[in-house]
Amino acid sequence: MSEKNAIIPVWFFVGVLFLVYGVLILASGLAELSHPPATVLAELHAPVWWGAILIVLGAIYCLAFRPGRNKA
Amino acid sequence: MNLLLAWAGTSRMVHLSAIDLIIVVFYFLFVLLIGFYLKKFAKTGEDFFMAGREMTAWVAGLAFVSANLGSLELLGWAGSAYQYGILAAHWYWIGAIPAMLFLGLVMMPFYYISKTHSVPGYLQLRYGTAASGLSAVTFAVMTILMSGVNMYAMAVVMKVVLGWDINFSIFVSSITVAVYVAAGGLFSAIFNEVLQFFLIWFGALLIPILGLIETGGWNGMVARIQANFPNQDFTHMWRTLGHFKDNPMGMHWTGIVFGLGAVQAMGYWTTDFLVVQRVLSAKDIRSAKLAPVIGSFFKMAVPLIVILPGLLGLAVLPMHLVPAHEALAGQYTYNDVLPLMLARYCGPGLLGLGITALVAGFMAGMAGNVSAFATVWTYDLYRPFIKKDAPDSHYVSMGRWCTLIGVFVSIGTAYLAMGFASIMDYVQALFGFFIAPLFGTVLLGMLWKRVTPAAGFLGLLAGTTASISIFFAMKFDPKWIAVFALSPDAKGLAQDMYQSLWSCVTCVIVTVLVTMVTKPKPDSELHGLVYSLTDVAHEQHTSLLHRPVLWGAVALVTLIVLQIIFW
Repeated sequence: MSEKNAIIPVWFFVGVLFLVYGVLILASGLAELSHPPATVLAELHAPVWWGAILIVLGAIYCLAFRPGRNKA
Repeated sequence: MNLLLAWAGTSRMVHLSAIDLIIVVFYFLFVLLIGFYLKKFAKTGEDFFMAGREMTAWVAGLAFVSANLGSLELLGWAGSAYQYGILAAHWYWIGAIPAMLFLGLVMMPFYYISKTHSVPGYLQLRYGTAASGLSAVTFAVMTILMSGVNMYAMAVVMKVVLGWDINFSIFVSSITVAVYVAAGGLFSAIFNEVLQFFLIWFGALLIPILGLIETGGWNGMVARIQANFPNQDFTHMWRTLGHFKDNPMGMHWTGIVFGLGAVQAMGYWTTDFLVVQRVLSAKDIRSAKLAPVIGSFFKMAVPLIVILPGLLGLAVLPMHLVPAHEALAGQYTYNDVLPLMLARYCGPGLLGLGITALVAGFMAGMAGNVSAFATVWTYDLYRPFIKKDAPDSHYVSMGRWCTLIGVFVSIGTAYLAMGFASIMDYVQALFGFFIAPLFGTVLLGMLWKRVTPAAGFLGLLAGTTASISIFFAMKFDPKWIAVFALSPDAKGLAQDMYQSLWSCVTCVIVTVLVTMVTKPKPDSELHGLVYSLTDVAHEQHTSLLHRPVLWGAVALVTLIVLQIIFW
């Protein structure tokens, strides 16, 4: 039982995934600012703000559910 | 990376960049890492097969929805939305929400209090070995078949969309699932399902957002659809269901309400162990009741990322998509609508996220299948019929091997499906054969203590036989369509709904008749299994905001409001 309580919460893994993907997508969005891809509404630069949203959510989840805080 | 790029063929819908491939590869490595991390926590049978019954309502609820949210579900229903319009949303609303609430608020207490590990396990306690064995065998066989057929279908999608080799897609995805489920059991499956749930949402949500921006909102989208497809109604849910001929689905409202809502959905969401297993992992009865209620809100929102992209496809795609069997070289089919919309709006990075969401959806569905198969095989077939009274560690070991074997048999099924294209239709239908009558058997068993073991078994057998007979009768002689589906104009999905309805009705009638002439179990053997003999904990001491029934009522009201808005 005590060992089970030591499981890293699934929300932390969600946070790590969002954080990594947010960084990758934001970076690709910034890289293509001067060369937008041939997609519809490319002028909205969706990767930039979508990547930023993922980073913020990922950071919140990582901090709130980091190992040792013992939230299931 | 070069290896991955080398697999790419010349014919494909989209091209992945290096950043997209990094995103896909990271996902595979991450889920394997989680599987190996959780291995040390899955030591006992309770851990491996039931995730230690330690999950919170939120985790169990999200896994409950995610196990159903396979990529074929996403691609298939987006395609159905393109084909049938918003009628496809019935499968997410009336075809899911009442059933999920019924599971949580009415049926879950019996599953949970009986401490059963599976749905066949409940039938064992309630009816005995015959009904349980029949249910377990059909479930195990169908789960493996479904897993393989879905695996093949997903590999075909990856070939069409990305140009990936079919063998590569099948082996890499399925071996990854096998490794992480065999390592961490249900713990691992559930953790990854929650992860996949978020990935699917954030991978697909940009399509409706950007689609609505492009069309100028809902009204703009409707106007474009009407311009592209004059004299057809794709955006109303109920007003075209007065007659089979009035809508593209060939459906009548009775088929939606009684066939889909009252039987097929109830059967799937309350007795299909693939989804019920997730809720059984909850840490207490309140969490077990709350998990499907939480899941119902997310299920209600799924049309946003599945149905809406299909409708947007009707509005903005320059080409008209066609049914798969009519597609000529260079033409896209209904099922391609989601990848086409993804390619329309998503450049490098976002495209990788969207493709990863599709792969994640596939893996969530497959993990659900193999973890449920491992449990039913080990606890409902291997333990009662082959090796009783072995130590717990033996069954855990059997569960791990069974997971690996299940995946490899699924791979074999995938190649079988490759050789016989029509087998996919039959296997999907076969799975439906067993769900509708099972609902009748389980529900009668829970609500009526008089039902006898013989009645439970014979009712289930009769319902299943009726379902199979009706399916083949309508398949091979169309005159039966008018008899069973009430109109010669009833099309495929409508036929499925009435087939479910009649099989459940047959099961109930036979069960009641046999009960009348056979001897029931004594009350002492039914405590915790039937309504009148089970003391379900009341919730007076729980604050109103924490009561599942309150949130169930909110979900129901939301469902009604949605029906009125899109009437």
